[in-house]
Amino acid sequence: MTKEETTEEITTAYELRLYVAGKTAKSVTALANLKKYCEEHLKGQYKIEVIDLLLQPQLAEGDQIFAIPTLVRKVPEPIRKIIGDLSNEEKVLVGLNIRPA
Amino acid sequence: MTKKNKKNQTLHHVQLPKTPTGITGLDEITEGGIPKGRPTLVCGQAGCGKTLMSLEFVVRGAVEFNEPGVFMAFEEKAGELAMNVASLGFDLDKLQADKKLRIDYVHIDRTEIEETGEYNLEGIFIRLGHAIDTIKAKRVVLDTIENLFAGLTNQAILRAELRRLFQWLKDKGVTAIITGERGDGKSLTRQGLEEYVSDCVILLDHRVINQISTRRLRIIKYRGSVHGTNEYPFLIDEDGISVLPITSLKLEKEVSSQRVSSGIPALDAMLGGKGFFKGGSILVSGTAGTGKTSLAAYFANEACNRKERCIYFAFEESPKQIVRNMHSIGVDLQKHVDKGLLQFYASRPTIYGLEMHLVAMYKLIKKFKPQVVVLDPITNLITVGSVSEVKAMLIRLIDFLQEEQITVMFTALSLNTVVNEQTDEGVSSLVDAWILVRDIEFNGERNRGMYIMKSRGMKHSNQVREFVITDKGLDLVEVYLGPDGVLTGTAREAQRLQEETGEVLREFAVNSKDREISRKRKVLEAKISNLQMEFESAEEELNKIYQEQELVKQVTHRTRQEITKMRRGQMADVKTKGGK
Repeated sequence: MTKEETTEEITTAYELRLYVAGKTAKSVTALANLKKYCEEHLKGQYKIEVIDLLLQPQLAEGDQIFAIPTLVRKVPEPIRKIIGDLSNEEKVLVGLNIRPA
Repeated sequence: MTKKNKKNQTLHHVQLPKTPTGITGLDEITEGGIPKGRPTLVCGQAGCGKTLMSLEFVVRGAVEFNEPGVFMAFEEKAGELAMNVASLGFDLDKLQADKKLRIDYVHIDRTEIEETGEYNLEGIFIRLGHAIDTIKAKRVVLDTIENLFAGLTNQAILRAELRRLFQWLKDKGVTAIITGERGDGKSLTRQGLEEYVSDCVILLDHRVINQISTRRLRIIKYRGSVHGTNEYPFLIDEDGISVLPITSLKLEKEVSSQRVSSGIPALDAMLGGKGFFKGGSILVSGTAGTGKTSLAAYFANEACNRKERCIYFAFEESPKQIVRNMHSIGVDLQKHVDKGLLQFYASRPTIYGLEMHLVAMYKLIKKFKPQVVVLDPITNLITVGSVSEVKAMLIRLIDFLQEEQITVMFTALSLNTVVNEQTDEGVSSLVDAWILVRDIEFNGERNRGMYIMKSRGMKHSNQVREFVITDKGLDLVEVYLGPDGVLTGTAREAQRLQEETGEVLREFAVNSKDREISRKRKVLEAKISNLQMEFESAEEELNKIYQEQELVKQVTHRTRQEITKMRRGQMADVKTKGGK
């Protein structure tokens, strides 16, 4: 099951992928946090793809996923990964290169 | 018998189910393999063969035991791994295509990872679970899972997750090997993985002593099973890992009472007339230049003449050198080489460690199947290992050779140093026959004396023989036992000459006496004949007188008769006669 949530404009400067394993508390928190930050900082220029590894385990290898939840920034390059429930906004923004460190 | 069987059976029942690793020797030490369905920790420093051992476990499982396996690599990429082990004949790509093997490379790069908040390692579980399910894997390897610690900072989460992972592996029922880098100090692994994996721990070690590296393996713990506890040397060669346990070899081999000739009839004569026992081991030791190699070459030559196969392990000279040198004493080894009866294997002892030497010999012997093996000289191996290591290696070699009923001859150089005396002594307790060739220095020259120090199970001469090397070959000469003690070499020769001279002189003296006597006899005889002559002439004289007297007597008598006649008137007759 791939959930795609795109904003109205399809200027996808940021392609984000969130890997989860079922609907666990951490996954839910992570997704909620992510959505919140994106709306605040990247409104209109992002795309979030949520992948549930319980359903598509074969996808884990491609993005080198070992921790759950993992947020992968596919675009812009280089690929960045943020693991955890994304509770620390600062770190997420720095990690995604939205805000300089 | 039935009782024994029963006992064995009960033992089997009690025993922990095990998964054979397929690694040569390891299954013998662990008595069947590593615990089935449980994780085993393999730890050691960098470069000691952890990855290879775990990979071999998976590959052998897939190839030999039809148990597919998953290899999760945290260090090397699948392609790199495949390339690294291609030289060992493991075709990982084909195994993966056949769904016998899955390699999953887990890449953790700290620079591209940010940690925020709570997470778990479900991703690894999912990947592993997926890999196991797709190929129905029975074996799993996690190669250096500790790399996670380098990539992630939240230790508490990692530790909890690792514990969960190992439990999960157990629940999955897969036999797993987890490798871990050896930590500083006493801990077996940097992150103390041993506290999570407690069923079986194997420690690998890679030590360099005197610039020569030896890999060793030890089973630190093995819950619920007996196992060998020693450090076992192992090596990595083109066939993968080989562990050579001493304990797996038992003193239960067959023995032969057949004899093999040493090639020197006089030496055979010293050994009860028939030579060595087949399948026995012979040590020839001696100081430098005493002809040890010549003895060994003779032995090899004799074996080939009997149409037997022989391998000559040369640790000092090259095969060509040996062939040339042996020509000078009338031994043609080249023709045996050409016929394929004799094989030389020359290597510098320092080229690799003892274990490697042992395995190289092992393999060659298994392949060539010789009846006779020569090791010339074993002393050089000391440069590679310590005396006890060499001894341990030779024990294994001798055991192996005896099992195969191969007669072996070692040569050993003995110097008058403590170390080498130890080798002599150390090795001599292992061998069946010990021949010592020693220099006997006397009268300004060196000669070789040969002793049989021991020869198990046969009558053998206790006498010293002089060992001579000539153009025609080797021979043993009885030493001269004179009033001045044992004489060898020119002294022996001189003594012999002296005796010969004495003989001639004596003979001459006797001859001249003989002649004198005959002369005397002649003189005597001459005298006797002279006297006889004299006597004869005297006798003749006497006879003459007698005859004269007789004649006179006769004549007188006759005259007297005439006269008488005449007086009696016979004068007439005379007158008549006269008257007529």
